Amino acid sequence: MNLTLYVWRQNGPEDKGKLEQYEAKNVSPDSSFLEMLDEVNQELIEHGVEPIEFDNDCREGICGTCGCVVNGIPHGPQEKTTACQLHMRQFKDGDSLTLEPWRAKAFPVIKDLAVDRTALDKIIQAGGYTSAYTGEVGEANQTLISKPDADYAMDAAECIGCGACVAACPNGSAMLFTSAKVAQLAVLPQGQIEAAERVKNMTEAMLNAGFGNCTNHYECQAACPKGVSVKFIAKLNREYIKALPK
Amino acid sequence: MAVTGFVLVSFIIVHLLGNSSVFVGADGINAYAEHLHALGPVVWIFRLVMLAVFALHIIFGIQLTLENRAARPIDYNQKKNIRTSFGAETMIYTGLVILAFVVYHLLHFTMHVTNPEISVGVLPADALGRADVFTMVVLSFQKFFVSLVYAGAMVAVLLHLSHGVQSLFQTLGCLGANTLPVMEKIGRAAAIVIFVGFISIPVSILLGLIKV
Amino acid sequence: MILDGKCPTGPIEKSWDKHRFEMKLVNPANKRKFKVIIVGTGLAGGAAAATMGELGYNVEAYCYQDSTRRAHSIAAQGGINAAKNYHNDGDSVFRLFYDTIKGGDFRAREADVWRLAQVSNNIIDQCVAQGVPFAREYSGLLANRSFGGAQVSRTFYARGQTGQQLLLGAYQALARQAKAGTVKLRPRTEMLDLVVVDGVAKGITFRNLVTGEIETSWGDAVVLATGGYVNVFYLSTNAMGCSVTAAWKASRKGAFMANPCYTQIHPTCIPQSGDHQSKLTLMSESLRNDGRCWVPKRKEDCEKAPADIADEDRDYYLERKYPSFGNLAPRDIASRAAKEQCDDDRGVGPGKRGVYLDYKSAIDRVGEDTIRERYGNLFDMYEKITDENAYKQPMRIYPAPHYSMGGLWVDYNCMSNIPGLFVLGEANFSVHGANRLGASALMQGLADGYFVIPYTIGNYLATVKPGEVKDDHPEFKKSVEEVQGRIDKLMSINGKRSVSSFHRELGKIMWNNVGMARSEASLKEALKLIPELRAEFWQNLKVTGDKNQRNGQLEDAGRVADFLEFAEVMTTDALHREESCGGHFRVEHQTDDGEAMRDDEKFCYVAAWEYKGEGKAPELHKEPLKFENVKLAVRSYK
Repeated sequence: MNLTLYVWRQNGPEDKGKLEQYEAKNVSPDSSFLEMLDEVNQELIEHGVEPIEFDNDCREGICGTCGCVVNGIPHGPQEKTTACQLHMRQFKDGDSLTLEPWRAKAFPVIKDLAVDRTALDKIIQAGGYTSAYTGEVGEANQTLISKPDADYAMDAAECIGCGACVAACPNGSAMLFTSAKVAQLAVLPQGQIEAAERVKNMTEAMLNAGFGNCTNHYECQAACPKGVSVKFIAKLNREYIKALPK
Repeated sequence: MAVTGFVLVSFIIVHLLGNSSVFVGADGINAYAEHLHALGPVVWIFRLVMLAVFALHIIFGIQLTLENRAARPIDYNQKKNIRTSFGAETMIYTGLVILAFVVYHLLHFTMHVTNPEISVGVLPADALGRADVFTMVVLSFQKFFVSLVYAGAMVAVLLHLSHGVQSLFQTLGCLGANTLPVMEKIGRAAAIVIFVGFISIPVSILLGLIKV
Repeated sequence: MILDGKCPTGPIEKSWDKHRFEMKLVNPANKRKFKVIIVGTGLAGGAAAATMGELGYNVEAYCYQDSTRRAHSIAAQGGINAAKNYHNDGDSVFRLFYDTIKGGDFRAREADVWRLAQVSNNIIDQCVAQGVPFAREYSGLLANRSFGGAQVSRTFYARGQTGQQLLLGAYQALARQAKAGTVKLRPRTEMLDLVVVDGVAKGITFRNLVTGEIETSWGDAVVLATGGYVNVFYLSTNAMGCSVTAAWKASRKGAFMANPCYTQIHPTCIPQSGDHQSKLTLMSESLRNDGRCWVPKRKEDCEKAPADIADEDRDYYLERKYPSFGNLAPRDIASRAAKEQCDDDRGVGPGKRGVYLDYKSAIDRVGEDTIRERYGNLFDMYEKITDENAYKQPMRIYPAPHYSMGGLWVDYNCMSNIPGLFVLGEANFSVHGANRLGASALMQGLADGYFVIPYTIGNYLATVKPGEVKDDHPEFKKSVEEVQGRIDKLMSINGKRSVSSFHRELGKIMWNNVGMARSEASLKEALKLIPELRAEFWQNLKVTGDKNQRNGQLEDAGRVADFLEFAEVMTTDALHREESCGGHFRVEHQTDDGEAMRDDEKFCYVAAWEYKGEGKAPELHKEPLKFENVKLAVRSYK
């Protein structure tokens, strides 16, 4: 199949950037979206043009490195699928695709489709952990955790930190990302001791990093390649209210 | 936003219940108005609190919108929203429309600035000697343009609440995976009920179902 | 040279405790004066950086990814082993030790494996304390599952994403230290040289992958936790950025590369679908619990739809060859069997490199819903990639390079032969011997990072003066010039071929000649082809763009250049090891029915290779392996 691509090209953080048109020819429907970009890049290199820069690593949908906005949707049209797991059979011959980087003040563009997501790390550094020192921390089975709680924590912990939630949010908010970590740790006994401090510090770090506020559009959940639920945002809000008097 | 929103939604519901006394006829709404005025200073305290809540809601809303816009200084060339609603996307606009409407509404029915010729101060008192709110309302809404303004404002309220009601419960942390979709439906239904409730008054008057 | 692993003597049960006591300590007040450089932030590097930061060392953590949370440890699916014996099924530290030694085909050091088994239990405790959401029973206790190569249920898991959850645990611990200021994070950097001063590791030279700047950093010790090298095959289950570069740079500076020929080929991967393919996707080994592997008995049936091939015309080859283990034969054996069938021209799917993994009889037996419950996410992933519904038609699978047991040589303290250079996790060679068992890689990474290096590095640092050598030492300047020179060379070739075309070609050479079955002829062929390809690489490579900003082509070029050198050592090792063991199968050394034949007389040693310069043969050093607690035996799964 043949496709027309409109790709955001931006030569470094200071550059203004613009959409450039490229043709992707003889694309195999069995190839992944990133492999399609690989082939386009091959041709660009052969013609002495700098290839399109995009972040990617594991290519099996778990590391959270890849991602761009494809025709207005982060990670493209397929539900619960990262860009690397998106396959070209999702598109039709003759389609045109517009590829843009995640756009948010907190995610400055590095080059083309690659953005700097250090802001997400800053949110975790503000409190997304338990302060457990390595060493004798007690027998693992000493603290029982009910299966529903463990499953709830795991649902939240599915987050791969790709930033699609921020890219999708009309407000550029990182609420889903932040809430997933807050909720995971708040439901586990190990995390409850620091719960109040955590939710305050992480929310503050999120706003300080330049992310927007949550106004409950739920676009984040729709774009999340792991289907992380906005119920965790409600949980964060509960935790926040609980923490207010503390 | 959520707390002030909750107060405002509650107010709207009470206001709607009060207004619907117009369907009872002059006796209903005039008695209601008389009753309110009899409360004296309490009304003023209530008015001031509502004003403060309303002001806070507006200030927060504008601040939120500005902050959120700043979070994405360069917009997408192409962006498709999948899950959100028109109501959610237009909160700031419907909010500003409602603000303008409330100003007009107060000028109209409370301060009698816009249509002084048919305000309670000018109209004769009713048979029981009460201010004739009923006649004022009916004569006002018989003017097509006035009804149109009210109807337009209620569309804004409809959109604003269609997102606002479920959103406030989410922000207050009341929802879970199962209750969120239910609350979204309840929110939309509540918005429609409030819309239909308010709009039924000018419509009934225009259709001549309620007359002086 | 005969290498000494410096293992503690005496009864193995006490070896680690005794060694821990005997090691020197660094005074708490002095720890912050020592600067430790850690390269790689996967399970081993991330855990090490977090723990050493906690202890008070002044740590710098480097990774090429954009965040320390993204190392490829994240992709591990199945689980992590620990000898908790929660199920009262006879597990013990000794059994885990024994299974690992046997699974590794008796090519690992006993003391290292013992220590691994011993600290495995602490890992689970530690991770639970960090909030890792391991699977639980309804009782609230931790759940376990069974895994290949063991007869007890000792694998802890977090759905199909155990690696992710463990890595996030380490990442969060690291984030805590970053905030506390004990660890400085340097994401988007790639180590391009090890700085060695008077034979001692004293720092690194690295490229800032955003600005292109070449920078240096001094350290009183350098820790490499940079993963494995199976991307030398081009197509593998590793991430795109995984490379041998950091380890190879150390090797060029004198660190020995041990057992590089031990590579693990995982049997259940999705087959290659075309030339566009950039990587292979692994599907959990657990799939073989219910699936049956088969190929058509006759070549002419291979093109037919699987449903049109009658049961009597199918060859359930694993059940035929290994009646007692059947479809659950260990990884190396199952992989080789699949290859045999395809070599016999009876493979299926595109290019006829695939075998069926059939769920029909399992679905008939327990119902589709039960199968969906057990493997639903894997079936979905399979469908996303292949567009085939595995509930309706058999899956196609084929083995793919997955893990490297070999790596830089280290002693019992995880220190390489260069003093001050420590190597952890997959990057070292220590515990898996010639074949790694499932759910043991995560265990090793965290054991090294949380519980081994924090002790052993102190033993080394107690002997050095902190900050004795800093960036202003002439060796650093020399190193920057070398690195810069190599980059300039790559940028200036200006030939016709792209980096990836060279990588693909190298991958083909390695897969065909140094892959699942190796022969003297194929290895010699590879030793002829690799230098030829390397020569062409340096004459005909084309790298576009600018070296002074982000440039993916340049990054890849450097990595492929290193693979082109490393591949030769790997092949040399495979040629020298005239036996078959674990992941290393030499067709000349097999039993009459095609099983691997070890030669304990001649090859019961670690082969550590010293780099001697470009175009020169590497020099072999041996570390003899002694087995005092486990008897050498033939692995049989019939």
